Amino acid sequence: MGMPEAAPRKNTVRLGDRVFSNLSKGSGIALLVIMAAIAVFLTIRAAVAISNNEGNFLTTFQWNANDSPPVFGIAVLLFGTVVSSVIAMTLAVPVAIGIALFISHYAPRRLAGPIGYVVDLLAAVPSIIYGLWGALFLVPHMTGLFDWLDQFFGWTGIFAYNGTPARSLMTVGILLAIMILPIITSVTREVFKQTPKAHEEAALALGATRWEVIRMTVLPFGRSGIISASMLGLGRALGETMAVATVLSPSFLINASLLESGGGTFAQNIASQFKEAGSMGRDALIASGLVLFILTLLVNGAARLIIARRKEYSGAS
Amino acid sequence: MKLGAAAALVTSALLLTAACGTDDNSGLPGAVDFSADHLECGPRGSLLASGSSAQANAMEVWVNTYQANCDDSQINYKATGSGAGIQEFLQGRTAFAGSDSVMSDEELAASRAVCADGGQAIHLPMAAGPIAIGYNLPGVEDLVLDAPTLARVFDSGITRWNDPAIAALNPGVTLPDLPITPFHRSDGSGTTDNLTQYLNGSAPQQWPYEPGKNWKGKGGQAADGSSGLVGMVQQNAGAISYFELSYAHQNNISTVRIDTGAPEPVAVSVENASSAIAAGEVVGEGGDLALELDYATREPGAYPIVLVTYEIICDKGNNPGTLDLTKAFLGYAAGDEGQGALAEIDYAPIPDRIIAQVRDRVAGMS
Repeated sequence: MGMPEAAPRKNTVRLGDRVFSNLSKGSGIALLVIMAAIAVFLTIRAAVAISNNEGNFLTTFQWNANDSPPVFGIAVLLFGTVVSSVIAMTLAVPVAIGIALFISHYAPRRLAGPIGYVVDLLAAVPSIIYGLWGALFLVPHMTGLFDWLDQFFGWTGIFAYNGTPARSLMTVGILLAIMILPIITSVTREVFKQTPKAHEEAALALGATRWEVIRMTVLPFGRSGIISASMLGLGRALGETMAVATVLSPSFLINASLLESGGGTFAQNIASQFKEAGSMGRDALIASGLVLFILTLLVNGAARLIIARRKEYSGAS
Repeated sequence: MKLGAAAALVTSALLLTAACGTDDNSGLPGAVDFSADHLECGPRGSLLASGSSAQANAMEVWVNTYQANCDDSQINYKATGSGAGIQEFLQGRTAFAGSDSVMSDEELAASRAVCADGGQAIHLPMAAGPIAIGYNLPGVEDLVLDAPTLARVFDSGITRWNDPAIAALNPGVTLPDLPITPFHRSDGSGTTDNLTQYLNGSAPQQWPYEPGKNWKGKGGQAADGSSGLVGMVQQNAGAISYFELSYAHQNNISTVRIDTGAPEPVAVSVENASSAIAAGEVVGEGGDLALELDYATREPGAYPIVLVTYEIICDKGNNPGTLDLTKAFLGYAAGDEGQGALAEIDYAPIPDRIIAQVRDRVAGMS
């Protein structure tokens, strides 16, 4: 207090500080440059392909980019990518939340650890292994379920099934659901664990049951976390390539029924068509990649908006 | 059976991950002898080539034999697929490209930029592979189909095995009342290109689609790579599909005999494929040896569904650094010994009349 103030040195920045600040600034800029470079590359090559396309890029139901004139469209790919991801999310998110709640609030300590570990282990399985498992195990075992769905819900048209090998968007969706389960589970679990103890105890003190505690404190608190986790999972589902290419029987048709084979996804189509593609074929595939890129950006942007609106619930506060 | 299907799927999936060709078979059948008696070696050096995976096995035998007999020569053929092979050749990165289909006019025009001295790319037919129609029909050992029926089966016009059209071609055979599941390639493929050329060439009414590397028929299911198709045929009773003969042999899959109008339906075999190529014609101009096959041939013992794979080089203006080695290697492959090695691995040699012209072109490369 009574000591004289230190000599003013506010304008001198130490070397280490300057280096560090420049390094981090450089990294930030490099990231933007890389993203911009990807976008520019995709746009230029896509423009070449689209300007030569004799079909409508958005509505044509075929992919003959190597023919002259080239005719190709992304309608089927967009439909397949969105539908298989929606199926995967519908199945995976509730299950993931259930597992996360079980691990964080219901399971005895001795069980919670191993279960969490096993779920995380699912994330370590390479997608090609999922593809093989899907093709050799899941597909033959889906026919029973599909027959059942056809028997009771076949009248909807969505669940009509004619008994051919079950290599459809529904099977892909189920496989993707299993693949994205671990990432959603582990993030939501961590978020649920952040719920302030005081809130939970307060609710308990008011006489709430365990379910009421979860409904009143854990779920509202974790909502933005659940959304972020789901978006991470959705990102994987949208871009999954090998597993889809191994399990799906692709075709450039949109089937009213989700159980019948056909359809395709952006990533699967790129993997399937790339090696025999000529220069126009490659540009066309890049154009479809640009659409996937934009789709992913849109989904992530939408997720950010939702999370931003729910900031008041954020567990980090 | 199950194990075979699993192995086929594993191979297909592994090849998929490597994003490389799926036409190549897993290993060569039996022990292959890499010795040669009259191999004229080129200068020492290394050669880079890439392209069709359908000729990967033939290349493997040729490359190994050449390297075993000529010290200090390195030949590296990457089976990246025909499309990628042509791209790399047109960028001047490889000495020659392998391809299952002939180049488009644009690609030919682009080749003038790579070939110096006013040269341009030419096709040299170097090996052929019969495409087998494999099926899985319990209790039916021998099945005969003709082009119109085959086209209708693959286009979902005929949907059950006991259809009258199939029964008419197979008198005395009890056909089961089973749905037909036709399988085709989901990836772009030279095999698809050649099969659809055959269907369109010999049954244009039943198969009105333009031939191409992508499947255009209706219905059916798709799988990735020849090995993927093999797996599907093994897994599903009632399935029918197409792949090169070696796949059918290695996996013990029954193959269809084709009724071409010849006195006897023709079985798929290396010899019968060579006979069909001999019925074809050279349609390339200016020294180009691109072939056009006669898909409607009624020649006895000519199996019409054939995939011809080419090496693509410049007639003039090849890279002088690799020219002599390229000539020596392709000269060996087109020679008696190179062609003679093919039949052992389920490829068909190119008939004498045409291979003689190939040898001339190789000798005349500059």
